[in-house]
Amino acid sequence: MGMKSWWSWKLQEMKASKHSYVLLAPYMLLFIMFTVIPVVISIILSFTYFNMLEFPRFIGWQNYTRLFLEDDVFLIAIKNTLLFAIITGPISYIACFVFAWIINELTPKWRAFMTLIFYAPSISGNVYFIWLMIFSGDRYGIANGLLIKWGFLLEPIQWLKTEAYIMPILILVQLWLSLGTGFLAFIAGLQTVDRTLYEAGAVDGIKNRWQELWYITLPSMRPQLMFGAVIQLTTSFAVADVSIALAGFPSVNYAAETVVTHLIDFGTTRFEMGYASAIATVLFMIMVGTNLLVQKLLRRVGE
Amino acid sequence: MAVIASGKKRVNRSLSGSLSLFALLLVFGAFMVLPLIYAINNAFKPLDEIFTFPPTLFVKNPTFSNFTDLLNLMSESWVPFSRYIFNTVFITGIGIVGHVLLASAAAYPLAKHKFPGKVFMFQVVVLSLMFTPAVTAIPNYMIMSWLGWIDTYWAVIIPAFAYSLGLYLMKQFMEQIPDALLEAAKIDGASEYRIFWSIVMPNVKPAWLTLIILLFQMLWGSDGNGYIYSEQLKTLHYAAGQIIQGGISRAGAGAAVALILMSVPITLFIFSQSRIIETMASSGMKD
Repeated sequence: MGMKSWWSWKLQEMKASKHSYVLLAPYMLLFIMFTVIPVVISIILSFTYFNMLEFPRFIGWQNYTRLFLEDDVFLIAIKNTLLFAIITGPISYIACFVFAWIINELTPKWRAFMTLIFYAPSISGNVYFIWLMIFSGDRYGIANGLLIKWGFLLEPIQWLKTEAYIMPILILVQLWLSLGTGFLAFIAGLQTVDRTLYEAGAVDGIKNRWQELWYITLPSMRPQLMFGAVIQLTTSFAVADVSIALAGFPSVNYAAETVVTHLIDFGTTRFEMGYASAIATVLFMIMVGTNLLVQKLLRRVGE
Repeated sequence: MAVIASGKKRVNRSLSGSLSLFALLLVFGAFMVLPLIYAINNAFKPLDEIFTFPPTLFVKNPTFSNFTDLLNLMSESWVPFSRYIFNTVFITGIGIVGHVLLASAAAYPLAKHKFPGKVFMFQVVVLSLMFTPAVTAIPNYMIMSWLGWIDTYWAVIIPAFAYSLGLYLMKQFMEQIPDALLEAAKIDGASEYRIFWSIVMPNVKPAWLTLIILLFQMLWGSDGNGYIYSEQLKTLHYAAGQIIQGGISRAGAGAAVALILMSVPITLFIFSQSRIIETMASSGMKD
């Protein structure tokens, strides 16, 4: 088939699908405008010097070399973000699955109740400021109050102003918040696993619940496992709101600086848009890269 | 144990295994729920009880004074408090309606039609699930200012129309509608738009309830951060933040407003739980 006929054939096909495009158009237009174009602009701006006042000036890889070679705070931010991702990502992912799996064995009423309990923190509209009261630096904070009462402490600790405690507390709060959409997807996925597979498995000599889990449940849920991984990874790389709300902005000695807070710092406080775009581009690459890697790994579950 | 599903009793279950798993569930369940219980109790504590040593989880002399304080505080605020409520309800309402309509309309052809560019378009949407909005914050600001939407509701509302998770869930759900149903309608002479509106939409009710909840959570918690500067346009969440940061004298009112903010999405979830689970069940990540 020649090039020309291929095109005319495609064009004909497109004309026949006119209605499909009409239905898609409003969403796609906005999606391109507020997601696709911004990503492209961000990548382009990352090679420029841009302060919002003058026209962007092309400076090549300079933002990136500065980012990795000269910016000590960025290195702290990368370290913290990876720490968050490595700890909260897998733990919350496994927790989402394990709790969904246990909850699935309950009667419907208890199932609904326990789902609510585990899901509530993530939907209750940014209530993580409760933790501000719990880790408040005076003796009226729950953590200090109890530790003093039980005799572990004599003086209240400034939890969120002491470098050594900031990250562990943020990780704890992030884990508390992390049983969200992925968790619901797992609960749902478990309910769709074909019951007869378990009976067949029992006949085939599956001895206990752990074998059942690995050989039947997990492979049947592969689509939901993938979906959960994407959601969980993305959230754990994007930690910023919790850090700003609890540890302040900037945090003591940048102890709670993450890639996103660093981006906010340069983008909205210092107006170094080119530099901030380079940070955004690095974050974008890290997220897409790890997501593709994790999806590859998950294809092997239960094999 | 009464909690374990009876009737269809599964084989291969050891009692000690069940007990340890349920113990695990209880311990972590307590970790999840205790901060929320603390927040609920705080809202009903008189001021001297909030600042007592040692701090208590449960309220001893419950009072509504925090809520009346909150009302007084609101009536003194520079912008009438009802304005914040209106702003949040407006942003949330319009955002949800627009998103459900646009995402469903786009999901239908992606799920049921064949046309050039379909696979590519869906892949780009899936790819966009993989990053945080922070990545595009700066260009988004530039686009908003170019459109003249800075300091208007639209800067928050319109991007929510094209939220990618919604399209994704909707498309996966619509794929389960039997083709025969759509074919039958086509033979009867219904147009694609008619099929979408009168056949597809009523069949995916659980899915749009899910989108409503997900978007509600997102928009209810938004403070218009970075886009909205006028006090008259700010949201409830922003106003609540101001009250909570108000220090010791406002600790009671802060606890009350925290309770109000969190109870709305939780209540909504309680009423829609089963529908949401049903939608998620179809949310397989397929290539």
